[in-house]
Amino acid sequence: MNRTGRFIVLRVLVGALAFSFAQPIVAGAALAQAHSDHSATGMPGMSGMTPPATGTIPPPATSPAAVQPAPSLPGPPPGFSGNTEVVKPSDPAKAAGWPSPVSDNALQTFLLFDLFEFQHGANVDAARWDVLGWVGGDTERIWFKSEGRYNGVLRAGEMDVQVLYGRLISPFVDFQAGFRYEQQLSWDNGLGRPQAVVGVQGLVPYGMELEAAIFVSQNGDVSGRATLAQDFLLTQRLILQPRFEINGAVQSATRYGVGAGVNDIEIGLRLRYEIVREVAPYVGVSWLKSFGETANLRSVAGESTSVFQLVAGIRMWF
Amino acid sequence: MGLLAGSAGIAPAYAQVPIATVPASASLGGSPIDLVIEKVALQVDGRIGGAVAMNRMVPGPLIRLREGDDAILRVTNRLSEISSIHWHGLILPPDMDGVPGVSFPGIRPGETFVYRFPVRQSGTYWCHSHSGGQELLGLYAPLIIDPIRPEPFRFDRDHVVMLSDWSFEQPEQILANLKKQAGYYNYQKRTVGEFFRDARRDGVGAAIGDRMQWGQMLMDPTDFADVTRATYTYLMNGQTPTANWTGLFRPGEAVRLRFIDAGAMTIFDVRIPDLKMTVVQVDGQNVQPVNVDELRIGPGQTYDVVVRPGNRAYTVFAETSDRSGHARGTLAPQPGMSAAIPLRRPRPIRTMADMGMEMAGMAMGGALKETSARPGAQAAMGSGSHAGHGGMAMPAAGGSAMAGMGDRAVSGPGLPGSPAVAHGPDTHGVGNSSVAMMARSRLDEPGAGLGSDGWRVLTYADLRSVVPQADRREPSRAVELHLTGNMERYSWSFDGKKYSEAPTPIRFRYGERLRLVLVNDTMMEHPIHLHGMWMELENGGGPNQPRLHTVAVKPGERLTVAITADAPGRWAMHCHLLLHMEMGMFRVVEVA
Repeated sequence: MNRTGRFIVLRVLVGALAFSFAQPIVAGAALAQAHSDHSATGMPGMSGMTPPATGTIPPPATSPAAVQPAPSLPGPPPGFSGNTEVVKPSDPAKAAGWPSPVSDNALQTFLLFDLFEFQHGANVDAARWDVLGWVGGDTERIWFKSEGRYNGVLRAGEMDVQVLYGRLISPFVDFQAGFRYEQQLSWDNGLGRPQAVVGVQGLVPYGMELEAAIFVSQNGDVSGRATLAQDFLLTQRLILQPRFEINGAVQSATRYGVGAGVNDIEIGLRLRYEIVREVAPYVGVSWLKSFGETANLRSVAGESTSVFQLVAGIRMWF
Repeated sequence: MGLLAGSAGIAPAYAQVPIATVPASASLGGSPIDLVIEKVALQVDGRIGGAVAMNRMVPGPLIRLREGDDAILRVTNRLSEISSIHWHGLILPPDMDGVPGVSFPGIRPGETFVYRFPVRQSGTYWCHSHSGGQELLGLYAPLIIDPIRPEPFRFDRDHVVMLSDWSFEQPEQILANLKKQAGYYNYQKRTVGEFFRDARRDGVGAAIGDRMQWGQMLMDPTDFADVTRATYTYLMNGQTPTANWTGLFRPGEAVRLRFIDAGAMTIFDVRIPDLKMTVVQVDGQNVQPVNVDELRIGPGQTYDVVVRPGNRAYTVFAETSDRSGHARGTLAPQPGMSAAIPLRRPRPIRTMADMGMEMAGMAMGGALKETSARPGAQAAMGSGSHAGHGGMAMPAAGGSAMAGMGDRAVSGPGLPGSPAVAHGPDTHGVGNSSVAMMARSRLDEPGAGLGSDGWRVLTYADLRSVVPQADRREPSRAVELHLTGNMERYSWSFDGKKYSEAPTPIRFRYGERLRLVLVNDTMMEHPIHLHGMWMELENGGGPNQPRLHTVAVKPGERLTVAITADAPGRWAMHCHLLLHMEMGMFRVVEVA
């Protein structure tokens, strides 16, 4: 504030000095007036033959009238600066109040409904989602994720929500760590448990999107999930996406429907059409296969351990 | 006639502001020159958008200065945000250069800033805002400086041909789209169908091998332009291809065309079918005439050519380097005429050379000597663990002295044909997603997608200054900068650091002669613009090497310029693809 005040004084002083030396610098209101008499010199032979523009707007003026005086300046009289602030090399105090010449670390946000679909199969009429989003810059981001499935026929399913801190550890891969809450969706006893998460997400060679994470519960139960997906462009907008997901656990946690070993794999093939980049309806097929103890648990609950589904949904991002 | 005020009936509610007039219809000369920056509605092919204009024109009025005069330009900012005008290519005092945050605070809303500087050069230049997205919204204008002495070429007529790109999307939106999906605007990616076509043509093995190579690097070989015709309309003197800007001439006249690329994000390939273009000026500097059929021009660059049209119409065709679109105008003896518009060529594909891979059969090895990594100026600038470049290569025969004092190793000029230089072990961190393993001179190449059409395309190796350069000193040291970026994050940088990560200026010693070594580690072309000083392109021209204010660096290229640090003060240096600049490919150079 103090510094600004000093500069104004400096400017006025130097401005007055310049004026007294009859420099063609006009300060304050005089400038607003002088503004109206600027001339437009038509240069012979210089592009003075512009043809009419298309549309409803009349053709451009080629006479000096094209640069008519603008209406008088609104608001307070214009300030004056220029020729008074000679920059001393590295005067950080001075530059401190200046705007940054570029803004390369602005916050961005992203929210993607990667899967957002209905699934239909034998004994299955399910809603399925895989949503992720982030807020942050180029190297550090706060991630939000939710994945889940709810089978309306059995009135059962599972879902999770994750909040993670992410950091770019290689040009294409984020390291992520944070909190996950896993919840059984059931008409009688839906159990939930909090977990810690450590994982990576990014592009791996050949352009595949990899998402892999390890979850550790309060009891020390360790489970994990990995997803791999890739886009194949049939046309610029018609895109075929094979997707593979695997869930597994080190220990069984039967209360949560999880057995030890590989729990299940999900193999999908989805064909989407990008109406615009952000919105792409899709259809596809998905095969969900459960294994081992997890398969037994699901059989007991009335689920099939191998189910082939038709899917239809919409992929969106904002 | 006159200003199209009271246009509220045409403009939508958001644009209750004056309609911009069509440009190139007036020029401003004399002294002082008054320029007013304000929001206007701009009609582009019948649709109205919100622009930021100079004197209500997009491009702004042609500003005409005279060499030897003192220029006085009074710029009034009627926006609600800080604005600025930078005089692109002009040698002037730093506080008149017009870069907010580097050499002045910017022009605050309602304020009039008086730019005042001696005009010590002549030729074709331009000016534009250096504030946020204002240039993307139309705040640019041609600037011509008439010489004291006659120019060393003859012409009877003179047209500015200012190329630019217009989007109805706000700059922030374009940026946000790219941040979320780097290939957002690329609708020319390789498809499965193209794979089968390549497999039929080159064999299945070759097609798979090619895909594997690109797949391993996670690079997209169709990435020529971040922003494409998916959102852009390309303009010639503010007019769309349909509106067809027309430059008139009388048959028999020699016509000078002053090409200026004021596009924010677009590299154009310019040609006039059936007309040879004689290149006579580059970046406002007289060059020995070169006859070409086509030239590539990137944002910030200018080329002056002389053509001798016959008694017919000719299409001035400016195809974008990604071939997604074009700007177009006509040279004709009468208004209303037009000529055939060429078909756009197919979209090219990046090559191994663009990746900075060694080309088969290239002589290597013995010509190179590796020197050890030297923690240097870069380390002092806070680049942390990425201290200096390792494998700084220099010609074994080169006896140039090491400059010491924390500078980087001296390295030789990047003359055409000079051996490729291996990249050091520093891959510039997570902010950089590829390195040029073997960077080499590409000055004698016309550029990706050019040179195989059976006509002559200008190259940097063709350029020779008319006047020998004054400072013949051999550069006493080299400053090496790598052009880097992470396409997936849409972040751009030098040496892997965005400006916000490396705000400390790069220091040039006042009066010194130095070599700036630019190594392009990315897969894209970058027009690098240095404010305040000329860059002499070391292209084999010796004393007649051309001087430039903006130097286009090809992917995988190692290019050198010689600089006489004769301008004390703080200066901007940046990529003139404006979103690259805004995302961090920007530095302050301080001469002291």
